[in-house]
Amino acid sequence: MKILDEKIECISSEGMRSLQLERLQRLVEYLTKNSQFYQGKLEETGVAAGDIRELSDLTRLPFTVKADLRDNYPFGMFAVPMREIAEIHASSGTTGNPTVVAYTKKDIELWSMVMARAISIAGGTPDDIVQNAYGYGLFTGGLGVHYGALELGASVVPISSGGTKRQLKLMHDFGSTIITCTPSYALFMAEEAREMGYDPRKSPLKVGILGAEPWSDNLRREIEAAWDMTALDIYGLSEIIGPGVAQECPYKNGLHIFSDVFLPEIIDPVTGRVAEEGESGELIITTLTKEAMPLLRYRTGDIVTISHGTCECGRTLPRISKILGRTDDMLIIRGINVFPSQIESVLLQVEGARPHYQLVVDRIRGLDTLEVQVEVGEELFSDEIKQLQGLKEKIRKEIESVLALVVDVKLVEPKTIARSMGKAKRVIDRRSA
Amino acid sequence: MYVKQISVFLENKAGRLWELTEVLRDNGLNIRALSLADTTDFGILRMIVNDPEQAFQTLKETGFSSAETDVLVVEIPDRPGGLAEVLKIMTRDGINVEYMYAFVEKKKGNAAVVMRVEDLERTISVLTEGGVTILKAEEVYAM
Repeated sequence: MKILDEKIECISSEGMRSLQLERLQRLVEYLTKNSQFYQGKLEETGVAAGDIRELSDLTRLPFTVKADLRDNYPFGMFAVPMREIAEIHASSGTTGNPTVVAYTKKDIELWSMVMARAISIAGGTPDDIVQNAYGYGLFTGGLGVHYGALELGASVVPISSGGTKRQLKLMHDFGSTIITCTPSYALFMAEEAREMGYDPRKSPLKVGILGAEPWSDNLRREIEAAWDMTALDIYGLSEIIGPGVAQECPYKNGLHIFSDVFLPEIIDPVTGRVAEEGESGELIITTLTKEAMPLLRYRTGDIVTISHGTCECGRTLPRISKILGRTDDMLIIRGINVFPSQIESVLLQVEGARPHYQLVVDRIRGLDTLEVQVEVGEELFSDEIKQLQGLKEKIRKEIESVLALVVDVKLVEPKTIARSMGKAKRVIDRRSA
Repeated sequence: MYVKQISVFLENKAGRLWELTEVLRDNGLNIRALSLADTTDFGILRMIVNDPEQAFQTLKETGFSSAETDVLVVEIPDRPGGLAEVLKIMTRDGINVEYMYAFVEKKKGNAAVVMRVEDLERTISVLTEGGVTILKAEEVYAM
């Protein structure tokens, strides 16, 4: 299979390290000059641009966390004036400020380049028709894949998410060969297809580039059997660029991370110690070449392992594992990041009390579902059905508007939610992740 | 005049109603009348018991969400048209019933109708004027 950017994707480890060092030095200089946020942060840490002499000096640089992005809402993280900004995205809703990310024109080119690589690593070529069923809009999934498909020279069908019947019709009529969506949606579509009397194994799809939520090898086997296609994992997060941070190749030995532009570290999330090869830890990424909103040592919260060494596909890019877990309590449901604290503050707003609640995440017919169970204590209880139904509806609507996610609300009796050590267990995840 | 009704929140879970009745039994509480309103995932059990204060405390202590609600219990002759007469009076005066349920009292064999309305005061005066018998709380608990 042809390698799109062979000079980088198959670079020697020395070559990669010197490229990374050179770019890191330039980045710290750039931030010192242009980013008010990092000027302060670097000063606090007492590190100057000249202090970065070798790659291991990276660990002297300060971490960046998601709270930094929220605290500097909306534009405090930008390292360029607004006239240089080409595109702005924002996370779908949080209780506090959304996370804003921005791109210069050159950043969009970078995004296009890494996404073109990703599609190519998955086996895509200019001959492919990419049916892009990631959501278009403020969510970075849709546009990221779109730019990559254009850059690669493939044909892209910007169908966006949802509308399963139309997805299936166009897939069939257009002859789409690559589908890009969440893994749960890929499985859901296969079931819908069968229900419509259409055998998904006869679809023109060859490859699914699936991501935006964690998924297991079991689910991969299920999806591959359902569609008779290769299902490959893609990793990304909007803070870094969106989709296109790492991509699995057909050998399925982990996801090739584009370390020439996104410098990875794996550390123990508690002690900060650098993890050994193959040892799991939190993935930290430094964006080496971004302009609008470069990030130093961004803590992704995702737990992975990393391995170096040449892959069977010929690439030398390091490979990260699928996401093994999170350092916080974040859930990813249908590609949307959900923190239990968001639901807690909705309940607080709706009721003024702090009711006990539990989130039950499940995968029903391939689609992730979120059920919010709320304990009806004495203060919430009403003698009238319509009051309780109204309460339930109000909670549901509020949560849906905050999360931009369809949820079920269930009122349950007090003390039904299991408490361990006096603390309620907030999340039950029944997905086979 | 107001009768204290005990309402309890119940999840639609097998055996839950039974557990509740066991709690009442163990505390020597007797149910005079009951009604169960249900939705797809929860229900509200409403009942008149011999000792509402004790029932409320006991249920609270055993972890049920319950409430005391003021309701009216009217006595009507147990014959066709009995309830219609009462409702006619209420309708004429624009009184809405939130919910109601009935039982037959043992002594006189009349029907006793438990009803929840918005304006208890006004309902009492309208019904009394219309010649409808409203039962006293103590009478109801002791039935």
